[in-house]
Amino acid sequence: MPKVKIPTPLRQYASGNAEVEVGGDTAGETLGNLTEEYPELKQHLYTGDGKLRSFVNVYKGDEDIRYLDGPDTEVSADDELSIIPSIAGGSAEARCR
Amino acid sequence: MPLKIGRGDIENIHRHARETYPEECAGAIVGLDTGGMKVVVDVWPAENTHEDERSRRFLIEPLQIKKFEEDAAGRDMDLLGFYHSHPDHPAEPSEYDREHAWPYYSYVITSVSGDSVRDTRSWVLKDDRSGYDEEEILS
Repeated sequence: MPKVKIPTPLRQYASGNAEVEVGGDTAGETLGNLTEEYPELKQHLYTGDGKLRSFVNVYKGDEDIRYLDGPDTEVSADDELSIIPSIAGGSAEARCR
Repeated sequence: MPLKIGRGDIENIHRHARETYPEECAGAIVGLDTGGMKVVVDVWPAENTHEDERSRRFLIEPLQIKKFEEDAAGRDMDLLGFYHSHPDHPAEPSEYDREHAWPYYSYVITSVSGDSVRDTRSWVLKDDRSGYDEEEILS
């Protein structure tokens, strides 16, 4: 089964696991099965209309699935999916342009 | 949860903040979560890859975050949070910081002006994302 790596902030919603083995033939199906097993993860990964949140990245190996086939990206038993947070910030509001 | 961070690691963050001034610096904070305290073992600098306005914005590439996660796990540590600098601004999270923040992570902010570090404070996002709680920094 593909492995899914969970980043530190989301482990509290996945029984403290850093890595979970979940069944699935595509990235979307695997993440769907993951959130079925750990329902609390869902709101942190997806928007209300079921899209991956913009600050959440999912990598298959070293490639962002957004640049592969998105949720339809095929995964095999040996693949590793990593949920990676986007980290950004700054000191003040952007200047109006 | 207090953040225990040694003087050497704080000094590394301050040096990074001075080096990149007037642009923001950024990096990862790695160590151990003992349950009652986050104990920092190391701080790892990252490149601020925000396209523009780096004096008021920072971005760490997801692939870099992935590498930090893997390197930390390889040393039996966790990614506890991130640091960044606020050039000529207080060491307090901005609204923009809040919009981009994640729960759990410690966000260490250093206020820097030229060669002078003014202040360093640590913040954690509230669970309902409404604001931050300040974290005590123990050295």
